[in-house]
Amino acid sequence: MKYSSRLRVRRSYRWLGEPLSFNRKLKTYEYRSLAISVEGLPRTTVINTGQHIFIEGEDEDNPYVAKVVRLLGDESGKQKKAVVQWFVRVSEVPLSKLKLLGREPHPLEIFYYQGRSCDDEVDAGSILRPVQVKHLDGAAPFPDSDHKDILYVKLSWDSKTFRAVDPALVDPELAPASSPPPRPCPKPSLPPSPPSSPPAAAPASRGPPRRALPTPDLAILRRALSGEARYSRATMSAGKPGAAEAESLHSATKLSASKCLSAKRRNASGRTPGVRKKLELSSPDKKSMIREDILSQLLDEELESEVMLAQRLSSSPPRTLPLTHSLTPLRKAHGALAAAAQGAFPLKPSSVVLSKLSETSSPPSPARATTPSRKKEPKTLKEPALGVLAEVDHENSPMLPDAATTPRSSKRKSAQLVSSRIRKQLNLLDSHKDLISDGEDEDEFVPSRKELQSSSEEEEEEGDGELDSDEEVVLKKGRHAATPKPKQRTRSGTRTPRKTPSKKTTPSTPRTPRTPHRATPSIPSRSLPARQPANVLEEARTRLHVSSVPESLPCREQEFQDIYSFVESKIIDGTGGCMYISGVPGTGKTATVHEVMRCLQHAAEVDEIPPFHFIEINGMKMTDPHQAYVQILQKLTGQKATADHAAALLEKRFSNPAPRKESTVLLVDELDLLWTRKQNVMYNLFDWPTRRHARLVVLTIANTMDLPERIMINRVASRLGLTRMSFQPYSFKQLQQIIMSRLNKVKAFEEDALQLVSRKVAALSGDARRCLDICRRATEICEHSAADPSATGLVGMSHVMEALNEMFSSAYITAIKCASVQEQLFLRAVIAEFRRLGLEEATFQQVFVQHQALCRVEGLQPISVSEGLAVCQRLGACRLLLLEPSRLGVLQRVRLNVSQDDVLFALKAD
Amino acid sequence: MSKRKLTDAHLPVGECITQVQEILRERLCCQKLPDRPEGVEAQHKHLLELLKRTAVHGESNSVLIVGPRGAGKTMLLKCVLRDLLEDKEVQKNLLQVHLNGLLQTDDRIALKEITRQLHLENAVGDKVFGSFAENLAFLLEALKKGDRSSSRPVLFVLDEFDLFAHHKNQTLLYNLFDVSQSAQAPIAVVGITCRLDVLELLEKRVKSRFSHRQIHLLSSLTFPQYLERVRTQLSLPDDFPDGKFAEDWNASVKTLCEDKSVEDVLQRHFNSSKDARSMHMLLMFCLSRVSVSRPAIKPADLLEASRLCFADAKANMLHGLSILELCLIIAMKHLNDVYEGEPFNLQMVHNEFKKFLQRKSNSMYNFDQPVIMKAFEHLQQLELIRPVDSSSAKIQREYQLMRLMIDHSQIMEALQKYPQCPTDVKQWAMSAFG
Repeated sequence: MKYSSRLRVRRSYRWLGEPLSFNRKLKTYEYRSLAISVEGLPRTTVINTGQHIFIEGEDEDNPYVAKVVRLLGDESGKQKKAVVQWFVRVSEVPLSKLKLLGREPHPLEIFYYQGRSCDDEVDAGSILRPVQVKHLDGAAPFPDSDHKDILYVKLSWDSKTFRAVDPALVDPELAPASSPPPRPCPKPSLPPSPPSSPPAAAPASRGPPRRALPTPDLAILRRALSGEARYSRATMSAGKPGAAEAESLHSATKLSASKCLSAKRRNASGRTPGVRKKLELSSPDKKSMIREDILSQLLDEELESEVMLAQRLSSSPPRTLPLTHSLTPLRKAHGALAAAAQGAFPLKPSSVVLSKLSETSSPPSPARATTPSRKKEPKTLKEPALGVLAEVDHENSPMLPDAATTPRSSKRKSAQLVSSRIRKQLNLLDSHKDLISDGEDEDEFVPSRKELQSSSEEEEEEGDGELDSDEEVVLKKGRHAATPKPKQRTRSGTRTPRKTPSKKTTPSTPRTPRTPHRATPSIPSRSLPARQPANVLEEARTRLHVSSVPESLPCREQEFQDIYSFVESKIIDGTGGCMYISGVPGTGKTATVHEVMRCLQHAAEVDEIPPFHFIEINGMKMTDPHQAYVQILQKLTGQKATADHAAALLEKRFSNPAPRKESTVLLVDELDLLWTRKQNVMYNLFDWPTRRHARLVVLTIANTMDLPERIMINRVASRLGLTRMSFQPYSFKQLQQIIMSRLNKVKAFEEDALQLVSRKVAALSGDARRCLDICRRATEICEHSAADPSATGLVGMSHVMEALNEMFSSAYITAIKCASVQEQLFLRAVIAEFRRLGLEEATFQQVFVQHQALCRVEGLQPISVSEGLAVCQRLGACRLLLLEPSRLGVLQRVRLNVSQDDVLFALKAD
Repeated sequence: MSKRKLTDAHLPVGECITQVQEILRERLCCQKLPDRPEGVEAQHKHLLELLKRTAVHGESNSVLIVGPRGAGKTMLLKCVLRDLLEDKEVQKNLLQVHLNGLLQTDDRIALKEITRQLHLENAVGDKVFGSFAENLAFLLEALKKGDRSSSRPVLFVLDEFDLFAHHKNQTLLYNLFDVSQSAQAPIAVVGITCRLDVLELLEKRVKSRFSHRQIHLLSSLTFPQYLERVRTQLSLPDDFPDGKFAEDWNASVKTLCEDKSVEDVLQRHFNSSKDARSMHMLLMFCLSRVSVSRPAIKPADLLEASRLCFADAKANMLHGLSILELCLIIAMKHLNDVYEGEPFNLQMVHNEFKKFLQRKSNSMYNFDQPVIMKAFEHLQQLELIRPVDSSSAKIQREYQLMRLMIDHSQIMEALQKYPQCPTDVKQWAMSAFG
C-alpha cells in the first residue's frame, strides 16, 4: 500500500567534529553537530545543537518540529540520538483545546511544547532537515510570509494551557545551515502589499485548520520550498484508495504516468473534487507540486532546496496545466476549449505568465462572480491577524448581494491589462463559466465551515495578487499569480462538486471501492417507534435483558479497582503493559473492562489523566487471527491495509518514537482465538507494550485461567507477564445483588423466587447471563399464566421453577416418551443387544434381530429391514442414538447417546 | 355413478375430481399451512409472544425450536410468522433473514446471504461483496449501529441450526448471539433443529450468550388423534364448489377411517412413526388412485399404498437380479453363516457356487470366471455387497474382501417372490449349510 511502495531516500548520518564530552555513566559522547548526507548527492546538511529541525512523524506532510538540545552518540558510534525540545503544530493540539487559544491559529504557527508526557529523545535517523523557527511577540501579527520553511512561535503549550513563551527559548544560536536562501521575487510588477495584509485569511485558506488531519497545504508548500522530493514521491506512488488522501495521490500517479492531455485533464478534474471534498489534503497547489516533483525526478533525483526551488520557479508555466484542467469538472462539454487553453499556457513565455500574475485578483471572466466582492475585502481586511473569523464572516455576508454585479477588474489596471489578453484566449470558456459561477455562488455561501474556508482561500488569493510585496509572499503567491485564472477556476471547480454530488461523482478518479469502507451500513430504521414497556413485568423484563447497560457493576468492585489502577498508572506514566483476565463466560469480564474504560475516558475528559485511545478487538469477530492487525490499525488510524502491511505499520508505529503520542489501551477479547501456529499475532500483541515508545496497554480476556501456560510458547507467555486476574463465578448472593441492582426497585419478583434463581444458577455455572435469562423467562411465564393480563402479580416460586425446568431439564426423556412404538422398541432392542454382547456398541443387523424378537413378544407385526433402518435413522437424527454414516446400511454400528437407565426409566413410565 | 347429478348446482364428476386432487395435493405435498397448529398451541403462543416482543418492543431474543423430523417445527414457525405479519405494525418493521445450514455451509456464504437478504449489498459499494473479513466487519458494523428503539428488528431464522455449529469457530453464531445480548440492533435468532443435544455443540462462550430458550416439539399424539388427523387431511373444506360431492366425499372418508382393515394399516403406520410427512406420503399414494372411475378412496387403496410404503428396498432390488447373481448372493449368505459374518472374496463365493453346482444343481451349469466376475461387479455396483476397505487398488479383484449388505430375511423374502426361481436354488437357499 502507501508506504510499502514508496521509494525511500537513503540518508546517512555522521558526526561532525570531535565529541564535546563523554558521559561515563551512560557511555555516550556528546557532539556539536551532525551531518546528514543524502545518497547520490554531494551536499550534506549540517544539524547543530540549538537548531530547529523537522523530525519524521506519522504524517509525511507534516513532520514534527523540534529544537535540537543535544546530540548523543554511543561508543560504537552506531546509535545516534538527539535530545530535542518539541514544538507542537496546530494540527497536533486537540480540537477541544484549541479554543483556548482564543483566535484562529496561523497554519505556520507552532507552540513550544512543555508537556511532560513526551519522550524527548529521538533517533537521529528520524531527523529530516533543518527548519527556521522564529519567535513572535504575543501581540505581533504573523508576517504574511509564504516561506513555508519558517515557522512561528508565539505561545507555549503544556497540553492544558497556552502561555507566552520566552524568546530566548526559541531562537537558536545558530542560523540554519542549509535553509533555503531568499528567493527572487517573481512578481516585480505587483504593487507592494502592506505587511499586515490579509494574514487572517491565510490560516483558513491553507486548508481546514481545525481538522484532526494535518493542514495539508502548509506541508506541501513547505515541502516545495525545501525541495523534499521524497515526499511527493511517496505520495505519488501511493496506491490504494484506502483513504481520501490515498485517492488523491492515486490520481496524482496517473498524472505522472500519462502524458496525454485529455487524460491529464480528466485526472486533474477528477482529482480536485475528490481531494477537496474528502480530506482536503491536497489543494491545487499540491498537485502542481506533485507535477513539479515528478518533473524533477525525471530529470534527476534532486533533493536540495535550491535546485528544486529554481526549477519550480522556472517551470511555473507548466504548473498552470493542472489548474486549467480543473475547469473540466465544471463543464465537460468544454473540454476542447480547456485543452486549447492548456496548450496555450505552457508555451507561453514565463514573462507572460508573470505579468498575468499581476492580474490575479481580476480574473478576466465575468463569471468570477465572487471576486468583485472579495476584491474590496482585502482593504477592509487590513487588520491585525486576530480578527480572522470575524473577517471571514463579514466577507461572506456581502458576497451574495454583489456577486456578479460589480465589475471586478475595474480596481486594478494591471489586472485589467492582462485580463483583456486572457479574455481573448478564454472567451468562450468565460461565457460558460458565467452561468456556473452564478449558480455556485448562490448555494455556495451557506455558512458552513468548508465554505468559509474556501471562500477565504479565494479571498486570500485576491489579496495576494493585489498586495504582494513581501518577498516571501511573492514567492508563495508566485504560483497563484503565475496561474491566476486557472487557479481561481480550480476553486470554483472544486467547490461545485462539493455542492452537487452528481457532478462530483462523474469526474472522479476511477476508483473501485473494493472495500466498503465508505459505505455506511446500517439496518434501516423502523417506521414506527418501538413500544415502551407498559407494565411492571415488561419494565422488569427490559431491565433484566442482558443488553441493558446497568448503572453500575455490582460485585466486581475489587476487579474494577485493580484494572482501573493498572491502566491508569500505565497511562499516567506513559508506559506500556499487559494484563490477562480470565474467567468463565458470563462473569462480567468484558463488562468490567468497559466500565473501567468509561471511567478512564471520563477522567481524561476532565484532564485528570492524559488522553488516551481505547480500541477493542474480539477474536470471535474476525475471520482470521491476522485480521487483528487490520482491525487495530483501522481503529487506530482509520487506514485500511492488508494483514501483513497492517502488521508492518503497527510495528513501525509502536517501535518508533513519536512525540506527543497518546497512550493506547487495547482490549483483546477472546484471546485464545488469536492463536496461530507460530503465535506471531499474540507475540506481537504482547511485545509491543514492552517497546520503549509504544505506550501501549494491552488487556486480554479469555475463558481459561491457564491459557498462557497451555497454549502459549514460552516467549509469548513471558511477554504476557504475570499481571493476571481471574474473575470467579458469581456466588448466589452476588447474583441476587446483580438482579436487584438491575431491577432497581421495580418490584416484580418475590424474594424467595430471586433467591431460588440465583442459588440454582450459582450452583450450576455462576453465569450472570443465564441468571438474567431465567428471570426474564419467569416474567413471561408469570404474565401468561395470569388469567387477566392487567392483574399480573409478582413473579413467584412456581413461575421461576417452570422457567428453570424449561432451561435446565434435558429433553431426552420426554423425547423417548413421545417416540413412536417402533422407536421405543428399537431402543429396547439396542439395550437388550448391549446386554447380550456386554458392549456398548452393536451393528444394526444385530440389533435388528433383537428388534424382530421383541416385535413378536409385543404382538406387533415384524417390520422390514428398510423400515427398521428408517426407525434407526430417525432416532439417530435426534441424537438419541449415535450412528455411523448411513451408507453402511445394515452394517452400521449403533450406540446409545443417553444412559441405559434413562431409556429404561422413560420406557417404564408408560 | 349414482352421485352424478345433472342439476346446475353440481359440477360434472370429472371437474370435481380435479378439484379434489388440487385441494388435497396442495395439502399433502405443498405443505399448506393449517389454519391453526394442532397440538402445539402452547409452543405457538410462546414463539408468537417472543417474536412479537422483538418486532414491537425491539427486545432481542434467541430461541431454538427442537423436535424430531416431521414434527412440525417449520410449520410452527411459518404459522407464527403468518400470524405475526397480520399485525400491520410488525409487517412494516420486521426484516427477515432465512438461512439453512444445508445451503449456507460456511460463514462466508452465510454472511453474503445475510447481506443480500437485508438489502445491504447496495451499500457495500461498486463491488457487491468484499472479502470475508470485510463482510463480517461490515455486517457487524451495520448491526452495531442500530439501537433498540430506532432500528428495524431483524429476524434470523437458522434452519438446520446444528450445522451452523460446525462452522469454524462458530463465528456467525457467536456474533448473532452477541448482538442479541447487547444493545445493538434488535434481532431475534430462531434456530430450528432436530438434534436434542444441540446445546452441547455450542462452544461455552457461544452457549453463554444463547438465551437457553428451547421450544420442544415432541408430539404426544395418540392413535385416535392420529386417526382424526388422517380424516381431516382427507376431508374437503366446506367451501368446495359442489356441496353434494363434498358431502359424499367426506362421508366416504369417514367410513374409510372406520374400516377395521384401514385402522390396522394406520395403526401400523402410527406405530412406526408419528411424523406428518410419512402420513402425507401414505395418503398421497391413495389420492393418486382417485379418478373419475373411482371417485372415492377405498380401503383397498390404502392397503396397497401401505404395502408400497413398507416395501423393503433391498428385497425389491433382489427381484431384478439374474439367476446367477441371485445364486452368488445365496452363496454369500451361506459363507456368512459358516464364517459368522467374516468377509469373503470372489474366489470363495465362486467355490461355494461350484460346490452347489456339483452337489445339488440340475438346472444350473457352471459359468466362466469372467462372467462370474461381471456378475460380482454388478452386485457391488448395486451396493448389495461392499468392499471391507476402500483402498483396494493393490489387491486383485478376485481376492478383495467383501461384505454382504443385506440381511438374511431380505434374501428369503425376495426368493419367495422371485418369478420362476428354480426349485433347487430355492432349496439351496433354505438349507442350513451350503
